Amino acid sequence: MKAGLSLEVKNLSTTFETPLGAVTAVDGVSFDVHPGEVLGLVGESGSGKSVTLRSLIGLIHPPGKVTGQVTWNGQDLLSVPPGRLRRVRGGEIAMIFQEPMTALNPVLTVGLQVEENLRAHTALDRGQRRARAIELFDLVGIPDAKRRLENYPHQFSGGMRQRVMIAIALASNPKLLLADEPTTALDVTIQDQILKLILSLRDELQMGVVLVTHDLGVVAGTCDRIAVMYAGRIVESGSVLEIFDGPRHAYTRGLLASVPQAGAERGPLLAIEGTPPALSALPTGCAFGPRCSFANDACRATRPELAEIGPGRQVACLHHETVAASKGQFA
Amino acid sequence: MHLLLYVLRRIIQLIPTLLFIALVVFLLVHLLPGDPASAMLGDRALTADVNRINHELGLDRPLPVQFLLFLRNLLHGDLGRSIQLHQSVVSLIEQRLPVTILLTVMSALVAVVLALPLAFVAALRRDREADVLIRGTFQIGLSMPVFYIGLLLLTFFGAYLRWFPVGGYGDTFASHLYHLFLPALTLALSLSAVLMRNLRQAILSVIGAEYVDFARAKGLPARLVLLRHVLRNALISTVTLFGLQIGTLLGGAVVTETVFAIPGAGRLMIESIYGRDYPVVQGTTLCLAVVVSLTFLLTDLIQVMLDPRLSR
Ligand SMILES: Nc1ncnc2c1ncn2[C@@H]1O[C@H](COP(=O)(O)OP(=O)(O)OP(=O)(O)O)[C@@H](O)[C@H]1O
Ligand SMILES: [Mg+2]
Repeated sequence: MKAGLSLEVKNLSTTFETPLGAVTAVDGVSFDVHPGEVLGLVGESGSGKSVTLRSLIGLIHPPGKVTGQVTWNGQDLLSVPPGRLRRVRGGEIAMIFQEPMTALNPVLTVGLQVEENLRAHTALDRGQRRARAIELFDLVGIPDAKRRLENYPHQFSGGMRQRVMIAIALASNPKLLLADEPTTALDVTIQDQILKLILSLRDELQMGVVLVTHDLGVVAGTCDRIAVMYAGRIVESGSVLEIFDGPRHAYTRGLLASVPQAGAERGPLLAIEGTPPALSALPTGCAFGPRCSFANDACRATRPELAEIGPGRQVACLHHETVAASKGQFA
Repeated sequence: MHLLLYVLRRIIQLIPTLLFIALVVFLLVHLLPGDPASAMLGDRALTADVNRINHELGLDRPLPVQFLLFLRNLLHGDLGRSIQLHQSVVSLIEQRLPVTILLTVMSALVAVVLALPLAFVAALRRDREADVLIRGTFQIGLSMPVFYIGLLLLTFFGAYLRWFPVGGYGDTFASHLYHLFLPALTLALSLSAVLMRNLRQAILSVIGAEYVDFARAKGLPARLVLLRHVLRNALISTVTLFGLQIGTLLGGAVVTETVFAIPGAGRLMIESIYGRDYPVVQGTTLCLAVVVSLTFLLTDLIQVMLDPRLSR
């Protein structure tokens, strides 16, 4: 068993230039991922989850700008030399992209796309790489692996492409997996199987995982901790147990309330009223304020900072105690 | 196997195209004003002489009959005899076409060698000095007519610096290459400008693709990301354009052969048009058309090999 490594993210911000001016898609985000730990990153569409993951391994294109610190193995990934970054990418830190339909190169066989990762990060020879590729396809549940390696992405369904991408990401036994909605295109049984696979690798390799998902059921089943993002910031974080048990941010409460409870009557989903603000027109004060039933003038005047309210438990809300005390108001 | 079937199908599809080309070539030549007899005998020829020669050449028969005869001979590999040069057209083409093909291949190579790296530099330095300089230079090259560029190169490198011969073809293969260098460069400039512009754009549209980011996320060396993931995809559209441009290149070769006094099929064609040498005009035009059709076929094949999505 290899020793795991920790990722420490401090004050990560990512800014894009747009025709409407600069927008900050990720705004001062900090979190840690320890070896063998699964961190769930949740939040509505556009809250900055994918941009956060991409920023960690330098996949933001200029003129997009990333600032802050991403410490990995004693080095800041935002300023390491390109050669070092290359060794980290795909070898130590692997990423599963959100969109399986566009993440594979259409003109190369999937076999080559698996093998090039192995070639970059392992000392395996040709035959061994092929054997490993077949093994990986078996692991992620692609039948007839040997023959399928010769195929091109357009010969696979969306779910199969997602599995190919997962196989590529896991190829070189990464120490940290950044998984951006890795199971959206998969049906429930396969989804379960893939999540089990990720968890078994976590145990076997002490692999840390950042799991982006919309599915709070998946979070409950797989994650150790959660960070909730809203409009580019983390608004609440803590252990899965604590947060499911007593959310301290109205937005988290809303998210949890929108999950149909097992055994409960199948009613309409309780969505959070309103829509997230445009990044180019964030309200002053709390970004969630306009949608929040707890908000008052204080919320509109100052933006609440993410504050420690217990060991490993943080929230960015002026009224988090009121939120915690008002149990039952939603569900 | 797939590919072989595809090639066969494409070759069979080529037959009606070639028939049509033969018809068009035939009609063009026969509907042109003037006739070979007057061209041979001069303006003051007697009508009786003109008629006699036209009869000898079979030109007094009805057009459809002439066309069928033309086709029949074509099937036997007989393109007739040159009226002016007193040689079989096939042997003339055998002498001259390789020259034109060598010139075209050389210019295509020069164009690619120029366009490929410069397109990369321009794309990777988008809107910075290098990009602006490269695009500006090519834009100037593109806006000048081929024969003018030819004359400029000829004057400077040929007559002034005396690095290259000012015309002719030489008699060994090495001296062919030497003689054809300036003409090939002349022809290549506008093609490389077109290719460069297209490839630069294609690279820019591919370089932000998700699969390129995914390749970077695998930790591949930058060179591999560019060549395997960016270039291969970008080339698909450029290869198509390249194939289409081969026709233009051959057209340019006709002019260039004249400027540089190269004994190629293009010059043969021009001379035979002036001389109303019908069989030669027909033969050369047909051959050049076949060459263009075959390049289109080749282009399609390369495309299928580059883009697996097309192979069915
Ligand atoms: N290259 C870019 N240029 C400008 N804006 C961008 C760019 N990439 C992302 N954004 C913006 O950043 C914000 C966050 O996007 P991101 O993809 O991280 O959202 P997400 O949380 O992953 O959403 P989803 O759940 O839909 O995947 C969005 O408003 C998006 O429009
Ligand atoms: Mg996303």
